[in-house]
Amino acid sequence: MAVVSAPLSHAGGMVVAPPSLADPAYQGLWSWVTTVDHKRIGILYGVSAGAFFVLGGLEALVIRLQLWQPDNTLVSAQMFNSLFTMHATTMIFLAIMPLGLMFFNYIIPLQIGARDVAFPRLNAFSYWTFILGGIMLNLSFLLGGAPDAGWFGYANLTTRTYSPGPGIDFWMLGLQVLGVASLAGALNFFVTIVNMRAPGLSFMRLPIFCWMSLITMILLLLAFPSITVGLLLLMFDRFFNTNFYSVPHGGDPILWQHLFWVFGHPEVYILILPAMGIVSEIIPVFSRKPLFGYAVMVYSGIAIAFLAFGVWAHHMFAVGLGPIADAVFASSTMLIAVPTGVKIFNWIGTMFKGSVAFKTPMLFAVGFISMFIIGGVTGIMHASPPADLIQHDTYFIVAHIHYVLIGGSIMALLAGVYYWFPKMSGRMLNETLGKWNFWTFIIFFNVTFMPMHWTGLLGMPRRVYTYGAELGVTTLNQISTIGAIGLAFSVLLFVVNVFTSLRYGEIASDDPWDGATLEWSIPSPPPTYNFARIPTVHSRDAWWGMKHPERLHLDPIEPTPLAGGPAHSTETAHTVVQTAPHDTTPSVIHFPSPSYWPFVCSAGLATMAVGLLLSDSFGEMTIPIFAILGLVLLIGGIYGWSYEPA
Amino acid sequence: MRQRWLSVLRSRRALPGIAALTLLGLATACSSEATNPQTAFNPRSDYATEGLNLFILVIILGVVIGVLVEIALIVTAIRYRRRGTNDPLPPQIHGSTIVEVLWTTAPVIIVGAILFYTLPVIFSTQAPAPSGAMDINVTGHQFWWEFGYPDAHVVTANEVHLPLGQTVNLVLQSDDVIHSFWVPALGGKRDAFPGHTNYIWLKPDSLGDFPGQCYQLCGYSHGNMREKAIIESPADFQAWLTAQQAPATTPTDPTAAEGAQLFQTRGCTACHTINGTPAQGTVGPNLTHLASRSVIAGSILQNNAEDLRKWLADPPAVKPGSIMPNLNLNDHELDVLVAYLQSLQ
Repeated sequence: MAVVSAPLSHAGGMVVAPPSLADPAYQGLWSWVTTVDHKRIGILYGVSAGAFFVLGGLEALVIRLQLWQPDNTLVSAQMFNSLFTMHATTMIFLAIMPLGLMFFNYIIPLQIGARDVAFPRLNAFSYWTFILGGIMLNLSFLLGGAPDAGWFGYANLTTRTYSPGPGIDFWMLGLQVLGVASLAGALNFFVTIVNMRAPGLSFMRLPIFCWMSLITMILLLLAFPSITVGLLLLMFDRFFNTNFYSVPHGGDPILWQHLFWVFGHPEVYILILPAMGIVSEIIPVFSRKPLFGYAVMVYSGIAIAFLAFGVWAHHMFAVGLGPIADAVFASSTMLIAVPTGVKIFNWIGTMFKGSVAFKTPMLFAVGFISMFIIGGVTGIMHASPPADLIQHDTYFIVAHIHYVLIGGSIMALLAGVYYWFPKMSGRMLNETLGKWNFWTFIIFFNVTFMPMHWTGLLGMPRRVYTYGAELGVTTLNQISTIGAIGLAFSVLLFVVNVFTSLRYGEIASDDPWDGATLEWSIPSPPPTYNFARIPTVHSRDAWWGMKHPERLHLDPIEPTPLAGGPAHSTETAHTVVQTAPHDTTPSVIHFPSPSYWPFVCSAGLATMAVGLLLSDSFGEMTIPIFAILGLVLLIGGIYGWSYEPA
Repeated sequence: MRQRWLSVLRSRRALPGIAALTLLGLATACSSEATNPQTAFNPRSDYATEGLNLFILVIILGVVIGVLVEIALIVTAIRYRRRGTNDPLPPQIHGSTIVEVLWTTAPVIIVGAILFYTLPVIFSTQAPAPSGAMDINVTGHQFWWEFGYPDAHVVTANEVHLPLGQTVNLVLQSDDVIHSFWVPALGGKRDAFPGHTNYIWLKPDSLGDFPGQCYQLCGYSHGNMREKAIIESPADFQAWLTAQQAPATTPTDPTAAEGAQLFQTRGCTACHTINGTPAQGTVGPNLTHLASRSVIAGSILQNNAEDLRKWLADPPAVKPGSIMPNLNLNDHELDVLVAYLQSLQ
């Protein structure tokens, strides 16, 4: 066990803690490889996802440049298909999901008053598996061609007959590896939120971001098995000549579509629910009011998640499932508009009669609502099957998903970065640059994607590397391309803001926004152990209640008695904290040591996949060799992990 | 009355709504068949009209509601913005059950209304085709469309001929991967699947040529897989069909005759059918009456000597991923093959 003793002014005690960033002996690359600290892992997720986001954005730029004019020849058809496949796969699995994970990692333990996640080493394992999966996917560009059958990889185009190259193998195995990371992470955060809450933090006092995260974890846990099965069947088809999707041998490509969308639609909510959680944190703080209809916000989140599993076939209205299926899936899809609408109304209700300060986080949060309304409205338009058959697989859908995923998820994630950056780095992001960032972002976003509604209705299909001049959509495409360049400029402003502010930004106070939740009660950036004393929560908006105890009676939840409580002892799996009334007794905080075993396990997992990928170039013997090598690493890693002293 | 209407027009809050509706109207109006032949707003069949009417209803409802909510959001944000640093703490309202019930009910009513109009259209458009409808087989291939008229034993490609005012039943299937058939003027798209069939039935209601293309990613040349629907009078249609039933003409011109010879020996017959000759391949388009078609190669090239030559010289260069290989034909071979193909009236 790594032990560092340091005096703790707030607790008045001594702390036994793992090495912190402040410790000069514990820095450098190795400290990041072996870290099990949720905050460091959160930063790793953020930096990696940021890099992938830029990569995915550059891919989108090339796509837009290729579509600048009819019959353009900037990239080949094959490269274009790879670009849109990798753009979507990267943005969904390697940018938006891990950006969410940055906040789950960094913020959830702080908001629930915990010192770390439930399984810190599993957390490290999730990260390393994610990053190795992401690298593996992108190596395909250098090793024989990137995947090119779309992020949805419809069988039977993905079978060996129609996609003989290694691209689909990279995609399939990369997603499997990423799936392991997601499942491990989902279990971890589910247990963390359920088990690690501070005393008094009942479920109906849980910060709304944690609630939306908890719902996201349930979605992840239930949705990923479906795509895992789909990908396994595809792997058997491609490597071992089974015929799950091969029509001449009795297989059926529709099987893939069902398995994929049973995952794929909940996945959309996996991308948007954390965003909704972030916005639900920011709007009350900058309106200086509690969230309007907290309970309804929780229930509507649960309703969205529940309905998410009953709407998948609305991606398949053109497949010909028959009128009964179309009618049922149209109805369930439209129902989702209800909880979603309720959320939007509650955000507006929160601002109503508030004192709304338009700092950058709030600008992005309100921008999120505004763009999400547009994405929601077009969503209802294709919930009606006969209407969807007009829009399906045209640029109208491209416009819709980008209103939901950029105008929705990305803008909320940016709001989250502006909001929590001070907590994570100890410095404020530049406000002027932030406002420029916001206005250029929302303007160029609309310049890029608003015209696509018309591009689509005038008949341009998605995923075409070229279009004829006679289609009459050249001008619209050029407006979109100009918008995309502007959007790239806006992202550049953001990157500049992050890098300059890290160095020169104004020093952040512990609570720069007059926040409501517990992360604002501790220093910026937080010490390794987060809370010197595990706080006791007496109300919803715990920190707001602590700052304004006189207002506690306004809280609809009966507050537990605050002052003069007895000295108490709290025991959880990882911490033993004893707090005396006057903080004279030393506190003892026990932490797991840094460990490289999670990394070894992840490497083992990746190695097993690499054998299948190399079999194309180096012969089939690579499969068993790398499988055994990877298995040895994985089992060795688990063994070392299990016997490691806590 | 009139003044009140004008004051609504003048009010600043109505502006975004009016602007949005105007934009929508403009887009619909501007998308004339001439400038945007593939527009969704040009229904030319009963099926297309039924779907589009529903879509327009949903668009109007969606835009109106969207604009109203946007106005509520923006007005709230501006009206309650913090004006100074010393603003008093606003009232700490936690919610209101009545308000929640109201704004939960409102969207239920709206989506209920959309469903009310949607469900009948789902069932009417997907009912079995009426008896007497003429079957037309639509088969997707990488990367071209094949059209078969089973009763007349006619098989053609790229262009589908339809008789005005007669109900046709398009029977969709695929020979390889999933494709999606959409000629916007004919009405909502449907996937062409390998292994089972889908259908769309419709009655064309005006004459003309209407373009469409494949709308489901099917490989590298997905964007090059285009088609055209030709709606003609029943008499013209019948004349066309009868002409298509005849076997291919035997060329009399010596160049074309040499081309006919070459066609049989240069490997073309493995994939192509020319009725009346030994060529009976089924991988590529039926070429019996190639010269009667206006386009070739998945409709991306015109059917003239120059484009035919360009295509035969190197198909994968024109259509990436094309199954038709580069046969390394020399100039003379190209000349005679083009002459032969152009003789197949």
